[in-house]
Amino acid sequence: MKNIEQTTARPESAQSREESSASARSQPSRIARAWAQLDVGSLTVVFGLVVIAVVFQIANHNFLSPLNLANLMVQISAVGAISVGVVLVLLIGEIDLSVGAVSGFCASVMAVLSIKAHQPALVAVGVGVLIGAAIGLLQGFWFVKLHVPAFIVTLAGSLGWFGAQLYVLGSTGTLNMTDPLIVGIANARLPVILGWLLGIIFVGVNAYAVLLERRQRVRSGLPVQPLGIALGQVAIVGAGVFLAIGIMNVDRSPAGFAPVRGVPSAVLIFIAFIVLFDFITRRTRFGRYVFAVGGNAEAARRAGINVNQIRMIVFVLASTLAACGGILAGSRLLAVNQSSGSGDVLLNAIAAAVIGGTSLFGGRGSTWSALLGALVIGSISNGMDLLALSSSIKFMVTGAVLLLAVTLDAYARSRREASGRS
Amino acid sequence: MAQQDRAPILQMRHVSKRFGAVQALSDVDFEVYPGEVVGLVGDNGAGKSTLVKIISGVYRADSGQHIFEGREVSVTNPRDATALGIETVYQDLALCDNLDVVANLYLGREQVQPAVPGLVRTLDEVGMERRASRIVGELHIRIPSIRSKVATLSGGQRQSVAVSRAVMWNSKVVLLDEPTAALGVEQTRQVKDLIRRLRERGLGIVVISHNLADVFDVSDRIIVLRLGRRAATLDTHTTNPEQVVSAITGAEFGASESGKDQALQA
Repeated sequence: MKNIEQTTARPESAQSREESSASARSQPSRIARAWAQLDVGSLTVVFGLVVIAVVFQIANHNFLSPLNLANLMVQISAVGAISVGVVLVLLIGEIDLSVGAVSGFCASVMAVLSIKAHQPALVAVGVGVLIGAAIGLLQGFWFVKLHVPAFIVTLAGSLGWFGAQLYVLGSTGTLNMTDPLIVGIANARLPVILGWLLGIIFVGVNAYAVLLERRQRVRSGLPVQPLGIALGQVAIVGAGVFLAIGIMNVDRSPAGFAPVRGVPSAVLIFIAFIVLFDFITRRTRFGRYVFAVGGNAEAARRAGINVNQIRMIVFVLASTLAACGGILAGSRLLAVNQSSGSGDVLLNAIAAAVIGGTSLFGGRGSTWSALLGALVIGSISNGMDLLALSSSIKFMVTGAVLLLAVTLDAYARSRREASGRS
Repeated sequence: MAQQDRAPILQMRHVSKRFGAVQALSDVDFEVYPGEVVGLVGDNGAGKSTLVKIISGVYRADSGQHIFEGREVSVTNPRDATALGIETVYQDLALCDNLDVVANLYLGREQVQPAVPGLVRTLDEVGMERRASRIVGELHIRIPSIRSKVATLSGGQRQSVAVSRAVMWNSKVVLLDEPTAALGVEQTRQVKDLIRRLRERGLGIVVISHNLADVFDVSDRIIVLRLGRRAATLDTHTTNPEQVVSAITGAEFGASESGKDQALQA
């Protein structure tokens, strides 16, 4: 049975070429299309971030100092890593309410293994992460095979794993992390040269990918953005990356103290998670299936996609990332105790994902929204600490920002869809 | 008719399906020959959609056989069906609104390329877009951009995307569930033209429709289901809409009633 394109190609080729060039002419210009595809929702949040930065810098001249900015990045790394997992769950149209408790419980397992059982760092951290994966498997199983809504399963988890955390910690108060390797996870700093090198590699790979795809598209006769715009995008990414690395490579210690410079390892791990899962979600078949299940799970099923398997894997990833976030937090604070992973960890992780542009309804979003949202929440928190404002103001402002970000995103999306139809 | 000399490309035998207390299908036989269009008609609840979903692997029959190209086959999920060359366009189109046209055309069958040789395979976006562009052009489908999200397309455009998806994969049997229900005059004409072209290529086409005018316009045979059973088999060229309506509603009429139509037995 011949493929339809082969057998219709000959008699209709002249006509279809004419028609496709006619429809290409009637398409909006390439610049207009690139403009329309700009993520207006996310740009608004970026603009909001700039406003926050300006406001706090005016109120306290230390806000944009290298020391504070580096501290800010480290402060958001743990919740940010958890938020990457939340993004994945939101993409399939589900929710995981247990990520806070899982982060605390797995950090506690790591701490107990390291401090009380005197296990080497590799074992303590390894077991902590594996327990996270196992929790994801268990919760995923309960949701997928037993058909209990994820909301309920993970709500039960948030209570149960918190109880497990208290049990594992026992009557000990705080466990102080003394293993140098574990302490180094969040507190080590990259040598300056290595920081620049990683920046060059990142920008280089990004430029290569953008230009390679552009060349493939030109060769295949597909429409491309003007070269200027593609180079502009690469340049903006490059500028941002080198600016960030530059700020972290500057000596940020107060005058008279030993120099402190280099990209903090916590930041590197956080960004590495974002880059890895961004690649997986946008460039691989598995990632495509994640978006499909979030958009229309029944359509995905009829297309032959194993929807249950996708859901299981996502829940495992979310809990594993929660465990990693918990371990990052324990390393950063040099301590794990009963309150690790509790409080506003869960809500901040979810709020960060949503503020950054990932939809609560599934099928839309990006792992970079974890960075954007975490920066917004972290900046508000950090800035208010510098101004010595009380937590009450912090909570109210963060709540208002979350609401505003989602409202603007919904508005931008409805405008985009309306113009797409015309 | 020439069909009598050829073997059916797809045959369903003794298919039964129950949902709880409702017997959706009872001992239903069905066949479609290569190069013919079969209209599958019946009132609401007659079992048409259920039969189509069993053929395409979305449901599993409680009993019954799939016979494809003369061999009995096992179709337990949608992939089994598409592997054989059975493609379906469902009534709800089964498109992902959050993905663009290219992604929907390739849903479940994405083309990959080795990015890191031996390790990682990435989506071949350029290859998929190129072929999708060609298909859309050849089927004369008007959409603003092949990278538009499907959510921004009109009903007719979405239908066209769903039909394109069914015909771009070396299909041998194509099932269309209410393909013209949401379409305007021009798009209905285009879908019917497309159906005729597919028939000329030797595909077996099954069209479920409430619109008897469309069924009479495009089909060669009409199979009527009533209350989960095969009520009648009619030759489109020798029957008329009144006979079909009688078979759908159960009134007495001239041609054969329950079971198989003797005249069309191979």
